[in-house]
Amino acid sequence: MRIIVCIKQVPDTEELGKVRINSQTNTLIREGVPSIINPFDENAIEEALRLKEKKGGRVIALSMGPPQAEEALRKALAMGVDEAVLLSDKAFAGSDTLATSYTLAMAIKKIGEFDLVLSGKQAIDGDTAQVGPGVAEWLGIPQITYARKIEIDDSKIRVERVLEDSFEVVETPLPVLVTVTKDINDPRYPSLKGLLKAKREKVSIWTCQDLSLEKEKIGLDGSPTQVIEIFIPQSLQKGEILSGETSQVADKLIKEMKKMKLI
Amino acid sequence: MDFTLSDDQKMILGLVEEVCEKEFAPRADEVSTKGEFPAENIKKLAELDLFGITIPEKYGGLGMGYLTWALISEKISRACATTGLIFGANLLCTYPLLQFGSEEQKNKFLPPLAKGESLGAFALTEPEAGSDAGNVQMTAKKEENHYVLDGNKIFITNGEVADTYIVIANMDKSRGARGLTAFIVEKGNSGFAFGQHFEKMGLSALPNVELIFDNCKIPLENLLFKEKRGFRVAMRTFAAGRIGVGIGALGVAEAAFEKAKEYSKQRIQFGKSISSFQAIQHTLADMATQIEAAKYLLYRAAWLLDEGEPFEKISSMGKLYASEVAMRVTTKAVQVFGGYGYTKDYPVERYMREAKLFEIIEGTSEIQRGVIASLILKE
Repeated sequence: MRIIVCIKQVPDTEELGKVRINSQTNTLIREGVPSIINPFDENAIEEALRLKEKKGGRVIALSMGPPQAEEALRKALAMGVDEAVLLSDKAFAGSDTLATSYTLAMAIKKIGEFDLVLSGKQAIDGDTAQVGPGVAEWLGIPQITYARKIEIDDSKIRVERVLEDSFEVVETPLPVLVTVTKDINDPRYPSLKGLLKAKREKVSIWTCQDLSLEKEKIGLDGSPTQVIEIFIPQSLQKGEILSGETSQVADKLIKEMKKMKLI
Repeated sequence: MDFTLSDDQKMILGLVEEVCEKEFAPRADEVSTKGEFPAENIKKLAELDLFGITIPEKYGGLGMGYLTWALISEKISRACATTGLIFGANLLCTYPLLQFGSEEQKNKFLPPLAKGESLGAFALTEPEAGSDAGNVQMTAKKEENHYVLDGNKIFITNGEVADTYIVIANMDKSRGARGLTAFIVEKGNSGFAFGQHFEKMGLSALPNVELIFDNCKIPLENLLFKEKRGFRVAMRTFAAGRIGVGIGALGVAEAAFEKAKEYSKQRIQFGKSISSFQAIQHTLADMATQIEAAKYLLYRAAWLLDEGEPFEKISSMGKLYASEVAMRVTTKAVQVFGGYGYTKDYPVERYMREAKLFEIIEGTSEIQRGVIASLILKE
């Protein structure tokens, strides 16, 4: 089976203290902040590799971003994906989730036949969870979001979807797009052999010219989203948790509220 | 003289560091307290291809040399000394196989070792043969289709968990060291069993096990190198192994230093962080200086080994110096922590217990001084 995994390079959240915002352009200043593969996308890569190990086939990693996003794709190659494609062009800059999902979908069409498109449930920088579903819409295929388990037999896929307090089982014929949660697996580390091999492998770079795109649907022009302001929220004072017998807790709460002159 | 790392080495160390930080270091206390073999860590090392670092590509390894191995092992030991020593003891099996093995032996034993599917060990030590390596009492007799091994080994690192053992036995006790012969013994061989697991002051999860050979018949093709030339196999293996042990000590010293440095910045006494006091500053400066010196002795020993140059003297110096540095640095780290350092709430007391082993294994400090003296007096 042929699996396409959509991944995004994001700033390392463990270093988020270092992320600053350019208030003029409303974008993140990424210089000096280490980049990683979006952690949920690592789960998607892992799932693709496991499915390939079971069923055979080919895994292609796809990403859109600045030239340095090649690094993320190289890590995907080191983990074991067979092929990597980066969509990189100044014309793609400023894409919102609509334009991004359109561009990715057009690239998937160019890649050709596929049975499954996988991605993380959302990216940890934008947290929109829109690009995966958007790609499915542009491709006109079914989508299953928030997967915690995937089973495939013949041409059918069976997915357990995480809901707030339970899960649901969804079945659909292939091809399909699935977004995955952290629960689905533990992503592997690349092996040294994988790492050394990935260094020699080629990451294909596709620009605007390589894809048949409608110009008004890409980049800033294709992005109806307007970012009015972007800011890091002030961290609030930590709340206090009262525990114990309900009646004692209630007494304590009333006392505290009186002390604070709230009642 | 060039001290820069290659791009490949940087890339590999980046990955190893990530795994050490995320997987090994957070579990190191638990590994030590529970005293159970850290199988998960060893599996991770195998998945990463780390067991194949020094093994040539034609035997399924990466063929990257002993300096790269040392750099990796330093990171592992710093995160978890137990895992580092298991990784190091494995080298005592792969190194003699590479140096002295026949093509058939290399083809048979090295690929699973390179993949980490099998683990290696080296067995010379006996109750009466430690520093006096020539006094091995275990016997080997050649019969028509096999050798017969009889006797006991003690303290064997990776014992029972290892699959492939290089075993030193005596074919002619009257000739002492000149009767020693090296054999390859596989776990599961009839007549080969495991006895006592030795409980230790530190590194309780590191297997140090008694091996029992009772009418143990092994095929003739499992003779390593030549009959009665096992002393040479053992000495060469120890010389290389000393780099690994020194690196282990270095890792422990680095871990203790890091903890002491961090703590000294946080601990407030007399209204100031104790790192602002000259007594502590000098202690930290001494620790860092000695660690740096130990590091480059060991790197140089590994580099000489990779270059095919004589490395025995420098590896003995590196092992001697690094293990004594580890003992001093860990003791000082406990001192920096004061009363807290003596408690089990902080890892520095564990580092101190771990450090002591390095002054003893793979040739005591006294034996190292003897080796170094004999080599420099011959120069």
